[in-house]
Amino acid sequence: MSLISQPDPPPSGAVLAKLHAINSQHGYLPEKDFRLAANELGVPLSKLYSVATFYSAFSFKPRGQHTIHICMGTACYIKGGERLLEKLESTLGIKEGETTEDGMFSIETVHCLGSCSMSPVMRVDEETYGRLKVDRISRILKQYRPSEADEEPRGDQGV
Amino acid sequence: MKIRTLSEIEKLRDIGLSFLYPQRPRISVGMATCGLAAGAAAVFDALSEEADRLGFDFTPVSTGCIGYCRQEPLVDVRMPDLGRILYAQMTPERARDLMGALSVGELPAEHALASIPEEGSDVSKCSAVSSGLPSIDQLPFYAHQHKIILRNSGLIDPCSIEEYVARGGFDSLGRALLKLSPQDVIDEITQSGLRGRGGAGFPTGKKWNACRHAAPKPRYVICNADEGDPGAYMDRTVLESDPYSIIEGMIIGGYAIGSNKGFVYVRDEYPLAIERIQHGIDRSKEVGLLGDDILGSGFDFSVEIVRGAGAFVCGEETALIASIEGGSGEPRPRPPYPAEKGLWGRPTTINNVKTWASVSAIVAKGAEWYSSIGTKGNAGTVVFSLVGKVANTGLVEVPLGLTLKEMIEGIGNGGLDGKVVKAVQTGGPSGGCLPAGLFHLPIDYESLTQAGSIMGSGGMVVMDEDTCMVDVARYFLNFTMEESCGKCTPCREGTQYMYGILTRIVEGRGTPEDVVLLEEIGNWVKASSLCGLGQTASNPVLSTLRYFRDEYDAHVREKRCPAGVCRALIQLSITPELCNGCGLCKRECPVGAIQGEKKEPHSIDAKLCTRCRTCYDICPQGAVKIVR
Repeated sequence: MSLISQPDPPPSGAVLAKLHAINSQHGYLPEKDFRLAANELGVPLSKLYSVATFYSAFSFKPRGQHTIHICMGTACYIKGGERLLEKLESTLGIKEGETTEDGMFSIETVHCLGSCSMSPVMRVDEETYGRLKVDRISRILKQYRPSEADEEPRGDQGV
Repeated sequence: MKIRTLSEIEKLRDIGLSFLYPQRPRISVGMATCGLAAGAAAVFDALSEEADRLGFDFTPVSTGCIGYCRQEPLVDVRMPDLGRILYAQMTPERARDLMGALSVGELPAEHALASIPEEGSDVSKCSAVSSGLPSIDQLPFYAHQHKIILRNSGLIDPCSIEEYVARGGFDSLGRALLKLSPQDVIDEITQSGLRGRGGAGFPTGKKWNACRHAAPKPRYVICNADEGDPGAYMDRTVLESDPYSIIEGMIIGGYAIGSNKGFVYVRDEYPLAIERIQHGIDRSKEVGLLGDDILGSGFDFSVEIVRGAGAFVCGEETALIASIEGGSGEPRPRPPYPAEKGLWGRPTTINNVKTWASVSAIVAKGAEWYSSIGTKGNAGTVVFSLVGKVANTGLVEVPLGLTLKEMIEGIGNGGLDGKVVKAVQTGGPSGGCLPAGLFHLPIDYESLTQAGSIMGSGGMVVMDEDTCMVDVARYFLNFTMEESCGKCTPCREGTQYMYGILTRIVEGRGTPEDVVLLEEIGNWVKASSLCGLGQTASNPVLSTLRYFRDEYDAHVREKRCPAGVCRALIQLSITPELCNGCGLCKRECPVGAIQGEKKEPHSIDAKLCTRCRTCYDICPQGAVKIVR
């Protein structure tokens, strides 16, 4: 028998599921929701914080309306993924991990999107664009800016 | 409809057969993530819209991936009286043309890749076939392939349990639960010679046996779908294209080891895979193939999904377990192995997606059938993702023992754009780079390990003369450095040191002593790290040092990058005679380093240029030169 009673740990998968739920609702983990989650799960705040910061899917900073993931998998890397990133950074005027001032776009790199046969690829929200060349970047971004959405419709990968 | 007996499965089979082989045209579009990235959704919409316009009646199906990704978007057209043809590289416009031909009863030859023969069907009336269209198994890409894990991928609607059953699905489950004892199932898997397909190749039957004879219930079953190796996407494909094959394998595994609860841990970057496997679990519950008293056998089993959160190390089994338990994904020392003390300290069987998909094929057809495929000690098939600088990219399932040459030159059709293939990288960040001189090696666990690489989960990234091997080594070290969980010192510190040295070398600041030090630290990290991530982190460095030492020497001694990649060691220039002044490079240069008037030869300002090679990549005239 232990002298100090310990609460049962949350059930299998519950911690990640809770963090995902908050993250997908707000695009990040707001402090208020995060503290509440620690209470609900019966996990010390410090422990939950250590878990949340371990995983790259969670962020404590608000993200833009659209998150752009540039794939840095091996196939994408050797086929010019880095150049896509540079083009994107210079076009949007932000660096990887940052959000544009108007709150429209965030750029993140990801270690592999698993679309290696279509390399290089990038994903905007849930839409994956494959066989990319830098000259398609501006066209794709325009689809996500409402005022400029006069070119190819979203989802048309333009192949 | 609830399935309680084997004969009730037959009802599902009949429905499935009527879906797969309907009396009206069936048109399937490959819509796994790779197909979608190539524009499959627009093709699907164009087909439907044009059919509406023409009043053409057909069954549209969204399938998974048939593997030949190079040819995506792929459209599989089955006309009941005419035959079945696979169309490649479709666009919305081509899809409309295709629909126009179909509506007048014709299977056109334009963009046809191959015919798909069906038993009992007569294709002699099909003009495309009679004019010499090969059948799919005659294409060099498919000629060596033997599909077990990918048996249904791209051929069935992944959301249709009926179609899965129609192709023999749940036959294994019926045999396991109703005819075999749990120990019989383990023996069958042991005798089949199946080895874990996640990379390490541990005998699956042995693992199950250890788990069954560990502590009493509760025990757990886990499907490791945290496919983190960059350059590998076969697990995603199976999850998206044939989720029931995984679920069936897990139920059989649960029965064999005596567990009633399974988890599928899927990486966060695979939203479509999560959606499809969730659908498969829900539907299996609905028909009673998951839940209590499955097929009246008295055996209960349920499956839940845990969504990962972007940590590569969670592919390591003990880290994955820590992650399901709600902690950070940090590995712990083994032994004890999960078979003894796994999830919540209970006996746990954890296998890769492809292993589970193999199990569901093996039990119905028997151990003897499976062990007859492949070579001695390396039974069965393995799926590779053949990607990078190779002409034919895609997923390839072959019996173990095929040579690298047969894979890269035969199936892959050699380099991209006629370039010379220099190396192949297997096994992701834990693997190594093998030079073209070793392409005679057979692909099996032992041969690749001996050569300094590993089989790994099956990523095969082809590299050509334009790939710098030192830069590739640095790329992988950056990867493992970032993904190191930080728990043990050799991995945490060692990868940083190695990355630092490699950075010096690619920036032209390296010395010959650096290369020696790099090798020394590499061996040290390999020998003393806690888990597989650290123990194998040096492999990309050590294998490139072993086979491409000349490239390291060129960097440190001559300050030259032979492949023309490392930015500090190259210059870019435009050949005026070749430049027609189209302005594309000027527009796309990320730093505005290119000047020139329209229709006049352009030039690059070396002071502003970051040597990113964007201009080199996009110049339609080939006027940009790399000065090494």
